Amino acid sequence: MMHRVKLFAAIRQRIGRDELEVELPSAATVRQLRGALAEQFPPLAGVLAHTRIAVDSEYANDDRQLCPASEIALIPPVSGG
Amino acid sequence: MISLTTKHIDASEVLASVSSTDAGAIVLFLGTTREFTHGRRTASLDYECYPEMAEKKLAELEAEARRRWPLTGCSIVHRLGRLELGEASIAIAVSSPHRQVAFEAGKWLIDTIKEVVPIWKRENWADGSSEWVHPGLSKSE
Repeated sequence: MMHRVKLFAAIRQRIGRDELEVELPSAATVRQLRGALAEQFPPLAGVLAHTRIAVDSEYANDDRQLCPASEIALIPPVSGG
Repeated sequence: MISLTTKHIDASEVLASVSSTDAGAIVLFLGTTREFTHGRRTASLDYECYPEMAEKKLAELEAEARRRWPLTGCSIVHRLGRLELGEASIAIAVSSPHRQVAFEAGKWLIDTIKEVVPIWKRENWADGSSEWVHPGLSKSE
């Protein structure tokens, strides 16, 4: 199943788009998403370890299961304030 | 009150939003655009956010601050887009019956916002280069 992933800041710059699409098995977890991103998007390999993943606007742990309607975003270390 | 805005932050408006005769203290924090960082000169800053989540997180932090401390008022305004030197990127105003609570809550809010709210800044350096700021992430990664 294809999932859309929102991108921000240096990650958006690195990929050159504000969203990417990643192929995942159905009912995949955030852990599987991380693996698939590293494999399908080599420029992300280094930053993923420092990047939190948000599902439906909430930080998700690696065991969180994704559903087709989940809104997914990569959240690199924040620098607001 | 929570607000994400591309407009100049008017500190007096933020103060007015937490003013009350129930309050004995108001603490206002402004984060402003600094010219020099480790000797390097900044020309301007750009801020971007993940709007839905940033708004949700700011609202959660306001609610959490109100749970932890007896606040009369609490307002957080974060600027987005291009900021010139000296302009405020964030205003946090907290009012309470007594000053200690207002100081504590204000400090907790800015410290926590800097950790959890999905907002990012880009340094546009005076030498023409620019970079997104991601604490803990090295450029080679």
